[in-house]
Amino acid sequence: MSEIILQSRYRRRRRRNAAATVLALAATAVGLGWLVLILGALLWQGFSGLSLVVFTEMTPPPGSAGGLLNPIIGSLMLTALAVLIGTPIGILAGTYMAEYGRHDVLTTVVRFINDILLSAPSIVVGLFIYEVMVAPMGHFSGLAGGVALAVLVIPVVVRTTEDMLTLVPNALREAATSIGLPRSLTITRICYRAARAGMLTGVLLAVARISGETAPLLFTSLNNQFWSTNLNAPISSLPVVIFQFALSPYKDWQALAWTGALIITMAVLALSITARALVATGKQS
Amino acid sequence: MESSRSQSVADIAIHERGLIAPAAGSRAKVLDRLRLGDTAFRQLTRAAAIGVLVLLSAVIFSLFRGSIPALKTFGFGFLASERWNPVTENFGALPAIYGTVITSFVAMLFAVPIGLMIAFFLTELCPQWLRRPIGIAIELLAGIPSIIYGIWGLFVFAPFLQETLQPFLIGTLGNAPLIGPLFGGPPYGIGLLTAGLILAIMVLPFITSISRDVFEAVPAVLKEAAYGIGCTKWEVVRNVVLPYARVGVIGGIMLALGRALGETMAVTFVIGNAHRISASLLAPGTTISATIANEFTEAVGDLYTSALIALGLILFVITFIVLAIARYLLLRIERRIG
Repeated sequence: MSEIILQSRYRRRRRRNAAATVLALAATAVGLGWLVLILGALLWQGFSGLSLVVFTEMTPPPGSAGGLLNPIIGSLMLTALAVLIGTPIGILAGTYMAEYGRHDVLTTVVRFINDILLSAPSIVVGLFIYEVMVAPMGHFSGLAGGVALAVLVIPVVVRTTEDMLTLVPNALREAATSIGLPRSLTITRICYRAARAGMLTGVLLAVARISGETAPLLFTSLNNQFWSTNLNAPISSLPVVIFQFALSPYKDWQALAWTGALIITMAVLALSITARALVATGKQS
Repeated sequence: MESSRSQSVADIAIHERGLIAPAAGSRAKVLDRLRLGDTAFRQLTRAAAIGVLVLLSAVIFSLFRGSIPALKTFGFGFLASERWNPVTENFGALPAIYGTVITSFVAMLFAVPIGLMIAFFLTELCPQWLRRPIGIAIELLAGIPSIIYGIWGLFVFAPFLQETLQPFLIGTLGNAPLIGPLFGGPPYGIGLLTAGLILAIMVLPFITSISRDVFEAVPAVLKEAAYGIGCTKWEVVRNVVLPYARVGVIGGIMLALGRALGETMAVTFVIGNAHRISASLLAPGTTISATIANEFTEAVGDLYTSALIALGLILFVITFIVLAIARYLLLRIERRIG
């Protein structure tokens, strides 16, 4: 009698395990499926519009053909500006946390705050830059857009710089100190070199993060229908153009939005895959 | 010995800086300069670290300053009022807060079980050689910019839901007691449910990768002991791994929640931007971030702008609290592991 009970209990446990296994497989399939669906839709809708014209002509008025040259250039400029402003600050802050104050209170607090900034809503950053730059200056500008993106770059770079410098073996620092190298030179000449690949990865990840950001640009750099490289004026950017064109009723604009979306996604995926490869080679050597 | 060492310092320094003529006087000068440079560099890095703190305070301060006109006019009623009328300049945050909370709740409802099951698959079931590729593929979902989710949601996902899932829900659950009103009304395609589902896809990788990491950090002895007394894989995960990794998993969920609450572009495309609180999940609504994204550049008048900035302040405070809890929990598990 008890034999039968045990048997049925055993079968129930086996069944439950089988059900969980199927669910786990299904969940993974769903996760991977979404990725395939999204990338598939992007390729399907965006690839047909991809031609040389996209990279050589300006954004068109509604109802006519054109390209995405001005938003592409605008995005490149904003990204470069953001990296130029954000990277030095991020690297310096990360350097303090890993090299000078590894165990002090300031580092703990900054790490905590930085991790929060890392996931803070980017639209709030847009509002912040609007308040401190756009409103006082009286007009929207590419500069404000670049600074807004820089605010998003800083936490990413701080995090990776600190992590990568922490991984540098202390023996290197001790060797440098033993021949009398000053602390600052130890850091810039020895530690930075040892952690170079990792720190570069951080910058690449930051670029990947900001190149698709739309929310912080909506009310800082705004948009510009015309060719402009003036950072003191509103400037066009790929994400904002996608936003505007996708929500428009014009078929041409919608097609261009898909093409722009494809370009951004490919750029972002290429950046993050390069970053991963860089980390992988760094680990091997 | 001492003199030969300091000599070598200066020599290296002189060599490094490309200076020639290492006379005794210039050597002392170089050493002085190095000492100065050392202090300057240290202070510079310290200033940058403090700069991160200043940045956060500046964000909070400027949002607060910007929202003073709205808070003065509406007081605490701003949080509870359902009105949003730019013409009469009468603003209340309740519909936006409601939409933010509901879409995030729907997102977590789907993302948490799916994310945990993927982590279960990756740590216990998946063959070793497949773990990395699948893990990376799931993480790529987090790398896709939110505007891509938006355009995909608007043109592909929303029409699909409008034709399939939503009529089905209206037909079946729409007449059910209690939860019926949640699925009432016509199938718009866009709306709270669609936004919630898109958010679920977006935050899935955060839950999966953090859960996988904390699952992997569970000591092998514990799992082996459970397997040793004949537990199935599911029983090991359910009764050993999950309780052990609980704090980290909750931290990951909170992190994902923080992301979902503040997510802007993807939601803006599919939410419908309607300032009202509807019983139905299928109806258009709005969220804090979508309201700001849609209306800020067109906001005329100080009070309108200020009301939108006040919304931003509310959003920032909510996400700050959620993210702070997430970080605190993850910090706790990090200490325990390492």
